[in-house]
Amino acid sequence: MHSPVNFSQFPDQAGHFGRYGGRFVAETLMEALHELNEAWQDCRNDPDFLAELDTDLARYVGRPTPIYYAERWSRQLGGAQIYLKREDLNHTGAHKINNTVGQGLLAKRMGKTRLIAETGAGQHGVASATIAARLGMECVVYMGAEDIQRQAINVYRMRLLGATVQPVTSGSRTLKDALNEALRDWVANVDNTFYMIGTVAGPHPYPLMVREFQAVIGREAREQMLADHGCLPDALVACVGGGSNAIGLFHPFLNDSEVAIYGVEAAGSGIDTGRHAATLCAGRSGVLHGNRTYLLSDENGQITETHSVSAGLDYPGVGPEHAWLKDIGRAQYVAVTDAEALRAFHDLTRIEGIIPALESSHALAYVTQLAPALRPDQRIVVNLSGRGDKDIYTVAALDGIQL
Amino acid sequence: MNRISHCFQALRRAGRKALIPYITAGDPHPDQTVPLLHALVHAGADIIELGVPFSDPMADGPIIQKACERALSQGMSLRGVLELVREFRRTNADTPLVLMGYLNPIESMGFDAFAAGAREAGVDGVLTVDLPAEEASELAELLVAADIDPIFLLAPTSSIERIRRTVELARGYLYYVSLKGVTGSAALNVVEVEEKLAMIRTCTGLPLGVGFGIKDPPTAAAIAQIADAVVVGSAIVSRIAEWADDPERMRQEAGNLVSAMRQAMPVDSV
Repeated sequence: MHSPVNFSQFPDQAGHFGRYGGRFVAETLMEALHELNEAWQDCRNDPDFLAELDTDLARYVGRPTPIYYAERWSRQLGGAQIYLKREDLNHTGAHKINNTVGQGLLAKRMGKTRLIAETGAGQHGVASATIAARLGMECVVYMGAEDIQRQAINVYRMRLLGATVQPVTSGSRTLKDALNEALRDWVANVDNTFYMIGTVAGPHPYPLMVREFQAVIGREAREQMLADHGCLPDALVACVGGGSNAIGLFHPFLNDSEVAIYGVEAAGSGIDTGRHAATLCAGRSGVLHGNRTYLLSDENGQITETHSVSAGLDYPGVGPEHAWLKDIGRAQYVAVTDAEALRAFHDLTRIEGIIPALESSHALAYVTQLAPALRPDQRIVVNLSGRGDKDIYTVAALDGIQL
Repeated sequence: MNRISHCFQALRRAGRKALIPYITAGDPHPDQTVPLLHALVHAGADIIELGVPFSDPMADGPIIQKACERALSQGMSLRGVLELVREFRRTNADTPLVLMGYLNPIESMGFDAFAAGAREAGVDGVLTVDLPAEEASELAELLVAADIDPIFLLAPTSSIERIRRTVELARGYLYYVSLKGVTGSAALNVVEVEEKLAMIRTCTGLPLGVGFGIKDPPTAAAIAQIADAVVVGSAIVSRIAEWADDPERMRQEAGNLVSAMRQAMPVDSV
């Protein structure tokens, strides 16, 4: 199979994926990014670092995660066969830990003693607090005051793990504002502090570094499908907020042009209502949080507020590599509504006995459209990026049940 | 020669340093901005940095964040800021105005349209906080072609390589961020600032302004001894916030701080 672009050669030295990515930060952070990039470039080719990372992923995180054949659900949908990459079985219940294990080791190598992170739903915050506890480092997690209300359980988990959860009351009091606040902290404490970004966004080298830590998902899935079936899957599906679980699954398949790739965004109440977080489907190019990418903004370039039932997808930007993959047509981006995601949440729970995260339920909802359009001898791998335990209060409330 | 270089030349002849106050356009209300600009000039401002409000001002501390929120809630936008500049220019043809803000509103308007609109309105310089030299050449070239100075930040952490790279694109003056942190942060160390300025001067003949952490006349005076310009932002913006409901008092308080700094700054200091 011939592919016109060699995807492993991106981004370029300065972090560009086509016109996206780059480094758009105040001068005060440029040296810190330079230092981080140097340390990361040393580590990514260092056999000792990689061996330590592999050991942690195996013994602490629980990798490799299985690929599970959702036989009953496939039969009900009546089309392609559906395989779930079980990232929900990772320690802490989502793919986020793949990245924080890696960045934690890097922070330790760099001699940093303090970790900071931003979080929306709280999954990356929990994964960061977990690693900080294990490494014996101080940890401060910035979280929008709005999200703190919505995600009380994860807030308590972070506090149990010894992290300080710092409420952010500026702007829209959600994930984007937490990221602003974490960047401000980093500027002021750059000497001893490592900033763990939780997704494939932010200034270079974050989109590259987080992708490489998450690409373990796609590498495993590729090997597992080849071992079990002797061929690659026909399609990949993953949800996209910032896009780290998606790029983790997609990247090792990008050069396999016969594999169709679908990223699923949150259409919230519906794209035409304006209450959504479908950045790639409904946004346009701009600059925020250190990179050029697709954004949801108004006609004056002000960032707009987003809505999704899933806090983890509630972000007005998206990783720059996704923006590029969309423009060159290597991946397709679609959106499903809150209602469609909730239906998929209940379906998977009842039919397969697996409670998915609301984020992952967006990917599952698209599978219910895609699978019937494919032949029964075709295979779809969908990234089950997290488990839904954290979401049961949200789902119960929507169903009118008080827990 | 544009207004900024003209201003620094005149100051040098007079043996004085530039005082550059910052306010956020549209804070607390768009109607107040032009009268405030005139009050600052009257109180002794040599150049004014006019903030373009942005929804996500990640390099700013809480004082300027809140100013942005107030201005945006009053409907302020980049187009609105250019309109205010045009209005100011009807009665002031001399005081240089530098727009300070973030890239996305400019990107949203389009670089060409922005450069043309800013020139036509009477803007003299543009400082884009989240646009380091590596990513800046396209916008900087368009601005220079429109006779507008691209102003750049330098920081305590800037290496000599980064300084060299930045001064290649910079015009007008350089804005040295005196401390590690966001706008409105705590104290600055004059000795450290002086050492870094000496390093920067080996790379460029541009005037050097210092800002972040200059709150009072004594600090302004100390910085005036070692730099070409003193930039003061959060200290003024917090007075504007305090007197937002009384526009006359607001202009008076902002003006008083500027004139106190002006008086404290030595003349003929070298």
